[in-house]
Amino acid sequence: MALPKIKQDTTDTLLSSMAMPDGAGWSAAARADALARVQKMGLPTRRDEYWKYTDPATLTTVAAPPAATFDVGDETPLYDAIDRLKIVFVDGVFDAAASDDLTMAGVTISRLAEAGEKDIHWAKDLYGTLEAKGQHPVERPMAALNTAYATDGILIHATAKAEKPISLIYHHKSEESDAILHHCVKLDKGAELTILENGPAAARFNKCMEIDVADGAAFHHIRAQGRDHERRAVTHMFARLGTESVYKSFTLTANGVLTRNETVLELTGDDAVAHVAGAAMGDGDFHHDDTVFITHDAVNCESRQVFKKVLRNGAVGVFQGKILVQPGAQKTDGYQISQSLLLDEDSQFLAKPELEIYADDVACSHGSTSGAIDEEALFYLRSRGVPKGPAQDLLVLAFLAEAIEEIDDEDIAADILTRLEGWLARRR
Amino acid sequence: MLEIKNLHVKLEEEDKQILKGVDLKVEPGKVHAIMGPNGSGKSTLSYVLSGRDGYEVTDGSAELEGEDILEMEPEERAAAGLFLAFQYPVEIPGVGNMTFLRTAVNSQRKARGEEEISAADFLKLIREKAKSLKIDADMLKRPVNVGFSGGEKKRNEILQMAMLEPKMCILDETDSGLDVDAMKLVAEGVNALRDAGRAFLVITHYQRLLDHIKPDVVHIMADGKIVKTGGPELALEVENNGYADILAEVA
Ligand SMILES: Nc1ncnc2c1ncn2[C@@H]1O[C@H](COP(=O)(O)OP(=O)(O)OP(=O)(O)O)[C@@H](O)[C@H]1O
Ligand SMILES: [Mg+2]
Repeated sequence: MALPKIKQDTTDTLLSSMAMPDGAGWSAAARADALARVQKMGLPTRRDEYWKYTDPATLTTVAAPPAATFDVGDETPLYDAIDRLKIVFVDGVFDAAASDDLTMAGVTISRLAEAGEKDIHWAKDLYGTLEAKGQHPVERPMAALNTAYATDGILIHATAKAEKPISLIYHHKSEESDAILHHCVKLDKGAELTILENGPAAARFNKCMEIDVADGAAFHHIRAQGRDHERRAVTHMFARLGTESVYKSFTLTANGVLTRNETVLELTGDDAVAHVAGAAMGDGDFHHDDTVFITHDAVNCESRQVFKKVLRNGAVGVFQGKILVQPGAQKTDGYQISQSLLLDEDSQFLAKPELEIYADDVACSHGSTSGAIDEEALFYLRSRGVPKGPAQDLLVLAFLAEAIEEIDDEDIAADILTRLEGWLARRR
Repeated sequence: MLEIKNLHVKLEEEDKQILKGVDLKVEPGKVHAIMGPNGSGKSTLSYVLSGRDGYEVTDGSAELEGEDILEMEPEERAAAGLFLAFQYPVEIPGVGNMTFLRTAVNSQRKARGEEEISAADFLKLIREKAKSLKIDADMLKRPVNVGFSGGEKKRNEILQMAMLEPKMCILDETDSGLDVDAMKLVAEGVNALRDAGRAFLVITHYQRLLDHIKPDVVHIMADGKIVKTGGPELALEVENNGYADILAEVA
């Protein structure tokens, strides 16, 4: 079937400007397939139901809209006191000098850009696979575009409990940078790995991560998206969860003119647990979209989505979250909450929570709310001597608490909290 | 300590006059009680003094130790030494009681140019005060007033007062919802704070509380005004005969 003209034009224009990286090696076949998917689906436009609340126009232009970089001053970098293996990308380009040696007990780490040099069988099996699967029942062309054109990425194979977290640090230095990274993570049976991500990455960043979590394995992910006001990001997390496996992901987003974070999870083994959480803080020209699709395809699994957004000065928050319970996925425990705290009347929150259930013995709940600061609580705090600014901050942090509690590691949670407090304090 | 002159207050949102010329002077070291029928304006007076939104002062003044408080922000009034134990304490989900109190104590110290209290000293102090009010460790950890019983909320107000050591304490029906034993605890908490440099304004409907917290002066408020002032015997009169006689007498 022919694509609508505007979609066809957008797609043709962008694709004709792009080139696949040289030396794609083992990834070449997957990239070709992904390109075919993009051509068939076409790139997203505002007319697509799935992009109703978020305009993808600036994500599909030939050149990335320029974005000024943000001076963080002498602020302590995130995760500073946490022992981790650092991997640094500057505007999407691997920075070997700034990165640690890519060796660590319990994991092997390679780079996608080296695909032409050595054949990595597990990565060849995973690259583009979960993304392709995640195209149904909803199309995600930006992810297929990523698979086709990613210039680099980290390939992590965890065979046991990783010695320490792997920390992906993304710097944004050029105002025009347009980065596409694609990471693959495979956790063998019983393996454990934590991935930390932070930084703004580029003026425009398209990131995809595919995670295969085998039986009994545990994957933790804590991400803080950079605070550059003008940066844009479209990200996808695709994961497949085996029996008794764990997937837990938390994202902090503060600032960013456009962010679309998609998470697509499939619970394929019994007793698996998946938690996805996010805290987003927007002030002014800020548009943040969390789009989550969780498919329960096994018995006795738990999934939990906790998304909180604090919006002011016209900031916009979007949440599209779906729990799909397939026939036979009995004893599913699905929970989803999306809430916004609107600090003024100019800001808005658009939510589309969905449940689709084809099993009869399940417990699923979802809720979505939008509210303002509780004036009674604010006065109570002030009457005890807490000035208005800090009192409001306390209430904002209280609102975000349920999302932050999704971070298991106390040190990391404390770091994230410090970030939040700093963000709030700067806006008093 | 506290001097209110001819205070007139109306609601900001509607044309409704609530306080119609309140005059009240509380000397340091004294305990004043205010009684009065429901809806006479007692809580409104306490809210206006502590700086809650929604009211408009149309006439009169209120001074704390000679300083006009009506122009101050609520937090400035608190730092200046004013404290209101709420008739209906507010629940704040997500904010731990302990965090709340430490933030409050330190905010006030900071506003007064004093050193912040150390975490260890704070902990020691709060444990001691909580113990005397029979507030257990669990309640300290829980979010502010969330899931507290009516009586627990009132004891929590007194704990805050004990920690903040204000100069001018206004207690709005702190006795309502308290069982007999809790009332004694609260009264003991208040009495422990009584000293020459501190004053209390106790709003209550019942003589019971005043058996434990002996007032120096009792005021009767009706229809937005103090209509009668006397000694502790006035409270007994109200207890025995209600307000009808007093109101008839001043009408
Ligand atoms: N925000 C408001 N909107 C409308 N009416 C109000 C408001 N605040 C106070 N009032 C009215 O003002 C009057 C005084 O109320 P207030 O709460 O001060 O009385 P009170 O003396 O404390 O009564 P009680 O003994 O029942 O606690 C009442 O008639 C009340 O309905
Ligand atoms: Mg009242």
